[in-house]
Amino acid sequence: MMSNSNGSNSESATHLITVRNVTKLYVMGSEELYALKGISLGIEKNEYVAIMGPSGSGKSTLMNILGCLDTPTSGDYFLNGKNVSEMDDDELAEIRNREIGFVFQTFNLLPRSNALHNVELPLVYSGMHKSDRLERAEQALIDVGLQDRMKHKPNELSGGQRQRVAIARALVNNPSIILADEPTGNLDTRTGQEIMQLLEELNLQGNTIIIVTHEEDIAQHARRIVKIRDGDIEDDYLSKRGKEFQNAKTQ
Amino acid sequence: MNFWIEIKENFAIAYKAITANKMRSFLATLGIVIGVTSVTLMQTAIEGINRAFEKSISAVGADVLYVQKFEWFGKEDFDFYRNRKDITMAQYDYLSNNAQTAAVMCPTTGTGKTLKYKDLVLENVFVVGTTYEYQETFGLNMEEGRFFTASESEGAYPVCVIGMDIKKAFFENQDPLGKTIKIGTYSFRVIGVIEKQGSLLGLFSLDNRVIIPIERFFNLFGGKRSLSINIKAADINNLDETKEEVRSIMRKARKVDYGERDDFGINQQEAFKTTYESLTGLIKIIGTLITSLSLIVGSVGIANIMFVSVKERTKEIGIRKAIGAKRSTIMYQFLIESVAICLLGGLIGIMISFPISLIIDAYVLPTAMPLWVIVLGIFVSLLFGVMAGFFPAFSASKMDPVESLRYE
Ligand SMILES: Nc1ncnc2c1ncn2[C@@H]1O[C@H](COP(=O)(O)OP(=O)(O)O)[C@@H](O)[C@H]1O
Ligand SMILES: [Mg+2]
Repeated sequence: MMSNSNGSNSESATHLITVRNVTKLYVMGSEELYALKGISLGIEKNEYVAIMGPSGSGKSTLMNILGCLDTPTSGDYFLNGKNVSEMDDDELAEIRNREIGFVFQTFNLLPRSNALHNVELPLVYSGMHKSDRLERAEQALIDVGLQDRMKHKPNELSGGQRQRVAIARALVNNPSIILADEPTGNLDTRTGQEIMQLLEELNLQGNTIIIVTHEEDIAQHARRIVKIRDGDIEDDYLSKRGKEFQNAKTQ
Repeated sequence: MNFWIEIKENFAIAYKAITANKMRSFLATLGIVIGVTSVTLMQTAIEGINRAFEKSISAVGADVLYVQKFEWFGKEDFDFYRNRKDITMAQYDYLSNNAQTAAVMCPTTGTGKTLKYKDLVLENVFVVGTTYEYQETFGLNMEEGRFFTASESEGAYPVCVIGMDIKKAFFENQDPLGKTIKIGTYSFRVIGVIEKQGSLLGLFSLDNRVIIPIERFFNLFGGKRSLSINIKAADINNLDETKEEVRSIMRKARKVDYGERDDFGINQQEAFKTTYESLTGLIKIIGTLITSLSLIVGSVGIANIMFVSVKERTKEIGIRKAIGAKRSTIMYQFLIESVAICLLGGLIGIMISFPISLIIDAYVLPTAMPLWVIVLGIFVSLLFGVMAGFFPAFSASKMDPVESLRYE
């Protein structure tokens, strides 16, 4: 089922994300491994995409490149029309700060800082003043339903609550994309569903979301599914929800 | 502006990191505490020795030149100087009539004599023969009475001015003024007592002296002696100019041929200082180096701890980078932490060494810790903080975000 409904082969750089022939080569001693073998992909604003595939297929590698944590070995990556593959470390840091919100499987909160300060941190790095920072961070925590947990440290929060803090931190700087790598991987099923619910709401509010998962039922929350195998795109199609959504729009 | 927001955050991080690991931070600062304590104490001690020395030669007078047969700390042997022509009153008169840049000058000569007052005897008191200008040349203050006048000095009156040691020995509970004492076998009337002056280099008491008019000295104790002509410069800043003037006048007075070397010395306090510096300079340098070594050892300890801290917080570095921290931000974060540890150590070091310096001041050497040593202590700990933190901070800033995020 190769619908290509979202024009992943388009050459235009007018998408929010345009990835063109991106490869990633890992060299370990004498061994060379292409984790990505020439990926091309386009993602529009306000999409909700799940990158799916078995373990070791290159999902995280692709995610790190999309999140500007890493750069491709070859190929181009345009984000908002800017060629990210040619940026230096500091420019990438700035893009990560302003354009990208990360949600990780292991939450990756700072253990010694409370929820509010964790959420505030991206704003520190964008140079915002304390009072504005606090206001925005508090609002983000309210948005994810943690108004009562602002002064709690990560080890005083449940897994689901930690992931909410991480989502608030990803949201706080109004990024262009929210990237979530296995966001439910460390959560029980019910809490995982709650987190997926939250991401869905955020998508409905206009956020662009890309999640990485190897679980089919998690992927079904997204509207579009990109399947990866051995560093190549194997399939790219609308999920059940995505189709429903498109039908609703065309009627 | 952006920068300050990050710096503030970095200070908060450093504070958290230091307080989260109190024992480790304490041990880390220990090296710097010891280093700064020893550096500041060493500098304070050096300062104290310098001050003690300056004080001990202050009687020589910074603005006074001494024209004498001998050169202080001269390189030639004793006979070379002794065989020079004497410096005479005639030369003094000639110099005093011609020198433009001298404020005042006086000739002096001296010898050791036994002093007597009634039954009391003082052996080997230094008797100085001079003119009334002596007081002004050396800026002496009177404890009691007055110095002798021009007419007393020219008229060779049998009057004397005594030092405090002599007053104590002879006139413990009575007024010395108007009393008659014997210098050798000759009677003199006491007309003044000079304020306590201390000693030269801690060796020669300047208070165990009696001063009499020079003409009387010649009459009683013999005139064939070489004088010292003591010249106070009009302006201490032009001491060299005065020295040159005195030299050329003295050469004329003593008929030194053109091209021949001076047959007299023009001595000044500087000679003591030069000798002192050459004797103590090396010791000071070695002391400074040894104490600096302890600081270096301390900062190597901090560097070590910082490397551990960076390693431990690899994941944190990854997280910070993922949400937008630049290389420089991470660099500053660890630099500030290391500087904060060192500064803390430095302040503790100063808090330890300051009271010790007060104890030294009270019991050993006249020295309170000078402000510059405190500033030095703070500056040195800042410097060593930056040096100790640089490589760990640099390695942290260079970490790859993906790899550090994967670090457990
Ligand atoms: N830093 C690395 N060095 C070497 N090989 C790597 C590195 N990161 C990932 N790989 C390899 O690249 C492939 C893709 O990895 P990854 O993107 O993490 O897969 P996924 O997230 O789909 O499980 C795997 O074979 C993995 O072993
Ligand atoms: Mg993965």
